[in-house]
Amino acid sequence: MSKGVLVDMTKCFGCGACTVACKLWNEKKYDEVNKPTLGDKAQLVDINWTVVSKHDVTDTSGQAAWRFAKKQCLHCVDPACASSCLVGALRKTPEGPVVYHPDLCVGCRYCMVACPFNIPKYEWDKSFPKVSKCQMCSSRVAVGEQPACIAVCPNQVMTFGDRDQLVQEAHKRIEGNQQLYVNHVFGETEVGGTAWLYLSDQPFNRLGFKTAVPQESLPAFTWQILSKLPMILVGWTAILSGLYFFNKRRNAIAEGKQDSTGGPQS
Amino acid sequence: MTINGNRITFKMTPFRLVLIAFSLVFVGIVAYRLVNGLQMTNLTDAWPWGLWIFIDVKLGVALAAGGFTTAGIYYVLGVKKVKSVVKPAILTAWLGYCLVGFGLLMDLGRWYGWWHPIFSWGEHSVMFELYMCVLLYTIVLTCEFAPTLFKGIGLVKLSSFFKSLTAPLVIGGIALSTMHQSSLGSMYVLTLGKLNELWWTMLLPILYYSSAVAVGPAMVTCETALAGRFFGHDWDEPAMTFLAKWSGYVMSFYAVLRFSDLAIRGQIGSLLALDTESLMCLLELAIGCVLPLYFFWSYKLRGKVMTQKMIVRNAVLLVLGVALNRGNVVFTGMAKAAGESYFPSAAELFLSIGLVSVGILVYLFIVENFDVFPAHGHCVATGNKQAQPEAAGCARA
Repeated sequence: MSKGVLVDMTKCFGCGACTVACKLWNEKKYDEVNKPTLGDKAQLVDINWTVVSKHDVTDTSGQAAWRFAKKQCLHCVDPACASSCLVGALRKTPEGPVVYHPDLCVGCRYCMVACPFNIPKYEWDKSFPKVSKCQMCSSRVAVGEQPACIAVCPNQVMTFGDRDQLVQEAHKRIEGNQQLYVNHVFGETEVGGTAWLYLSDQPFNRLGFKTAVPQESLPAFTWQILSKLPMILVGWTAILSGLYFFNKRRNAIAEGKQDSTGGPQS
Repeated sequence: MTINGNRITFKMTPFRLVLIAFSLVFVGIVAYRLVNGLQMTNLTDAWPWGLWIFIDVKLGVALAAGGFTTAGIYYVLGVKKVKSVVKPAILTAWLGYCLVGFGLLMDLGRWYGWWHPIFSWGEHSVMFELYMCVLLYTIVLTCEFAPTLFKGIGLVKLSSFFKSLTAPLVIGGIALSTMHQSSLGSMYVLTLGKLNELWWTMLLPILYYSSAVAVGPAMVTCETALAGRFFGHDWDEPAMTFLAKWSGYVMSFYAVLRFSDLAIRGQIGSLLALDTESLMCLLELAIGCVLPLYFFWSYKLRGKVMTQKMIVRNAVLLVLGVALNRGNVVFTGMAKAAGESYFPSAAELFLSIGLVSVGILVYLFIVENFDVFPAHGHCVATGNKQAQPEAAGCARA
């Protein structure tokens, strides 16, 4: 059963414990001056696999308020990055995480172009850079544990579980408190669904979410084309061979002699 | 050491000295890049692909389409009048693909693993298919040009062995080219939601393929015109007229497809919105489609003979149009999704300039020493049975 995470952003107060847990578990460096993990300048970069970004919004009573959004790879159900990789260095595991295998990667960066959420980052300052993104603590998930960031959250913002059940849980929570939540589970249908699901009391685009994404799986579009190629290859070669022999014979007859294949080489 | 019974020549001219200077800078940048990675580029997380992918891969592959199109016209369709351009076209395609391969290698962050795709297949990836086809087609082109090279250095048996493979090589080459020329477009199908709708369409593979089939002969025309000027060849009118008509018809197909696709997807409004994307798209369509097709059909319908000037002008327009189209997909159409701007660094620019310079130098060396162009009477007449049209005296380039 594919795992997922439900993030209830109304509960997050922006302590950033999850970003610390992520750095510790994945042994990533700190650079809070240039690459902050917390606040309004927080950004996913090579050393930040997860960040908590701060957003100034207006709440339902018209008061200025802060909201915090935990960002990381959304681990798509049908990931564009994995389908784009020419060596299969990015793979969706049966448990849910989309995992990167640096030993295979050649560094073409098509995954970065392909990702609808611009999640994969690159170690631009390294001689032999790797692609860098959240692995959803795949080694923990594989043995039934929850990712490190979830385990440390002091306010139970995130719920780890089976994705399908979490989708139901999310809708239950929206129904239970319609005045609070926006009636949308971000990640339920975006690009065909993502393992990470979000609930919010603010429109998602105000919290820095990319909402203008297709609602269907992206690799399916490419596959429509790729799956036809073997047939086209065989058919086209047959047509070309036929044309070749037909025109060779026609030219030979026109010249009124034994055909001379001699091309411009001769 | 002799080639075709003549001493090896390479006449120095100011133009060539400049190219050599660029090539030396290129070698330095390459060495630095291989050791230090991509820090010298202006690429960022927002712009993972930049100038190298655009010039060395996207444009390089499209403009090297002259190889498979002219070979197909000559061998498969049996159009004998284009004979004079086939060998030079295969040479430039071969060199072009070698440059593309090298350019791609420079762009790979972990370049030492360039062979991984051969063993670890990402069969759902357009990039995998592109990689395989470009790799195989470069080998095919090497074999297609091998007869000329082996003949030059006196290995006649090897030369005739490769010559006997010509038919399967040409047919295989066209099949491989069909796959990867279209793949350059299919690659961007995955960027739905990021690439501007003026360019994103499920027809991307067909548009890329048909424009490559049109621009290939146009590029051959430009090269022939340039080489003709430098080396003093005659203008092969029947061949050039045929190529101009070929490009004209194929481009007409492309234009109908492109405009109806825009109309059906309801993009005419954003085409006329006159923002950056719309202006760049209009420029691309004007230069690459409307103008060359206007010239082509107005001559065609009035039954006039196409002059050399008009043929070359149309070819230049087509090449510019395809360059604009590929550039728009890589840069203009992706700019909004990137959210920040990109301009190549000096190192990126000089690596690309240097790569092309090396290509031109190798091209000049090969045409000067091997039988690439058909012999012309007005060049140095020699008693040698083998013509040497590009002997030192003829070369002005």
